[in-house]
Amino acid sequence: MGKVLEKEAFGLAAKDESGVLSPFSFSRRETGEKDVRFKVLFCGICHSDLHMVKNEWGSSIYPVVPGHEIVGVVTEVGAKVTKFKTGDNVGVGCLVGSCGSCDNCTEGMENYCPKLIQTYGFKYYDDTITCGGYSDHMVCDEGFVIRIPDNLPMDAAAPLLCAGITVYSPMKYHGLDKPGMHIGVVGLGGLGHVGVKFAKAMGCKVTVISTSEGKRDEAINRLGADTFLVSRDPKQVKDAMGTMDGIIDTVSATHPLLPLLGLLKHKGKLVMVGAPVKPLELPVLPLIFERKMVVGSLIGGIKETQEMMDMAAKHNITADIELISADYVNTAMERLEKADVRYRFVIDVANTLKPSPIL
Amino acid sequence: MHQSLETVRESLAQSHTQSKTMAKSPETEHPNKVFGWAARDKSGVLSPFNFSRRDNGENDVTVKILFCGVCHTDLHTIKNDWGYSYYPVVPGHEIVGIATKVGKNVTKFKEGDRVGVGVITGSCQSCESCDQDLENYCPQMAFTYNAIGADGTKNYGGYSDNIVVDQRFVLRFPENLPSDSGAPLLCAGITVYSPMKYYGMTEAGKHLGVAGLGGLGHVAVKIAKAFGLKVTVISSSPKKEEEAITQLGADSFLVTTDPQKMKAAIGTMDYIIDTVSAVHALYPLLGLLKVNGKLIALGLPEKPLELPMFPLVLGRKMVGGSDIGGMKETQEMLDFCAKHNITADIELIKMDEINSAMERLAKSDVKYRFVIDVANSLSPP
Repeated sequence: MGKVLEKEAFGLAAKDESGVLSPFSFSRRETGEKDVRFKVLFCGICHSDLHMVKNEWGSSIYPVVPGHEIVGVVTEVGAKVTKFKTGDNVGVGCLVGSCGSCDNCTEGMENYCPKLIQTYGFKYYDDTITCGGYSDHMVCDEGFVIRIPDNLPMDAAAPLLCAGITVYSPMKYHGLDKPGMHIGVVGLGGLGHVGVKFAKAMGCKVTVISTSEGKRDEAINRLGADTFLVSRDPKQVKDAMGTMDGIIDTVSATHPLLPLLGLLKHKGKLVMVGAPVKPLELPVLPLIFERKMVVGSLIGGIKETQEMMDMAAKHNITADIELISADYVNTAMERLEKADVRYRFVIDVANTLKPSPIL
Repeated sequence: MHQSLETVRESLAQSHTQSKTMAKSPETEHPNKVFGWAARDKSGVLSPFNFSRRDNGENDVTVKILFCGVCHTDLHTIKNDWGYSYYPVVPGHEIVGIATKVGKNVTKFKEGDRVGVGVITGSCQSCESCDQDLENYCPQMAFTYNAIGADGTKNYGGYSDNIVVDQRFVLRFPENLPSDSGAPLLCAGITVYSPMKYYGMTEAGKHLGVAGLGGLGHVAVKIAKAFGLKVTVISSSPKKEEEAITQLGADSFLVTTDPQKMKAAIGTMDYIIDTVSAVHALYPLLGLLKVNGKLIALGLPEKPLELPMFPLVLGRKMVGGSDIGGMKETQEMLDFCAKHNITADIELIKMDEINSAMERLAKSDVKYRFVIDVANSLSPP
């Protein structure tokens, strides 16, 4: 077997469970016939990146180059690529490969393929471990590349590639996208704030559900939510009982489900997109006596991600971001752990990520 | 406690206080003497009980009771497991009998008809749920026993010689359905039929898992087979395998305590009906579901269950619930069962055997429903 052709790359990697990121040189494959190669401009910092660099899910293989909210400009396309050309604005989200032939793949739900390959930390077909967008450039099969519409600012569009699709997909799948519906959004972070924006764009009435009063003003005045409810206040919860068609729960910490189930109307759906590591307590009686449901959802398929991005362009939906330089990333991770960000850090990769100096 | 049970408990408490202050006893509350068996306290021991029922109103049907099924809910209620029982409790909500009187507004039934009464005997009849024939989800829904009826007095159930019910809550019993083995369908049958329809679990060829093989579970197997589903019974008791397959018609049997077999079955089921009422682990059941799979919880555990999030999120899986069914749907279910010759597997008992039957039910020692031969064995002392 001949030597696999590779190109040099550099980025930031965590080398161990401390999760501290530092300069890292590696290589990426040559542009294959179906590949799109692009220079990374920006990469969003998703809470999953924090979980993975610290091995909180127990599946991390070090070194980890995180980043799955990646946008940039195409520099090269393979001979069989039809959808993209050099100079296009593109993005890559959480997936870079799937089997292509199972029921999930043929129905455009590659995100549920049992052989899915995530953008970082997964074994690719060439036996390398995938490296994410905290790096100077990416190469990706065109089937997993998203076009970024011209009117969307690249930096604020990047987080939509994970946060956006994660809230959009279940809202469509469970029919929680009809004008006039009342949607609750639990947690006002990266996922939550984007959830509010999409739900408003779909014509829904939106209530933000939070554990603290402090976010009321921005939920309503900055993000456009209709109402705000503090879940730890029994009176506020009682007044809103049985009023919501659906709730998007973005909280990844352990938290009680009973009050949330109470807020739903009969047949209402509680959509879990945050993924607490420990099981939550499930009170069964609200499901039985009021025919309510608890459902999970994981990002979305590629076609659906493009659809989400096009809707975002049409309605001018972008994430609220704090743009940071590459050397701020560890501080950003510390702040992210304390939920101290409104609402997504985005790394200004092209302007601030430099290879480590050769000593 | 769930708010709807809390509401029932409060109204029971209120009515109890009212009848005490008005010095009304169960015997004198209403004009017509009735005899039955009741539990007086949370020991759950049942014994003869004299009480009374209202006159047959213009919308009512009076039913002479022939048979009454013993539902696990009866056991939970007489022991006050759910904290909302108000003694004395006359249980029984799987009632089959003969209409002996019909009110002048009653159009659907006449004297001599064979009829059934199930889990509910009242609702507001004007809310959105009632308008959609979903009386079971009406906020003012009244249970057949241990709840307050429309006249503000307590309802007593089918372990008695007769019952008076608004015609909306009476069901026509199809000709070819036997009264004794058809009785359990009025709760067990509708409890599994309704979610199968609602959650779209009736597509022939799809694979359904039925967790728990008791009153609900065994009927679920029969109804699912009639829909053309492939059925796997999921159970912790290996000894139930033979009859699950040869007697009930299940296609396969999965023992939850066999790790190899559980592993081989991962991701193979489109849906699971979970009839288990004890606290139990959901994680292994969720693993059996395919992507987009649905687990419908029907058993009522006393405590919340643990719900692991990763299987839900990674596989877009769903956990839902269901509570009996509306009246129209219950009639549809009875007609469906009549068409497919589906009845419960029962053990017929006399009224005075009820306490030992309850002890056996607590140990799941019954194949698969006790039914009381009321007409032939209930007699005042």
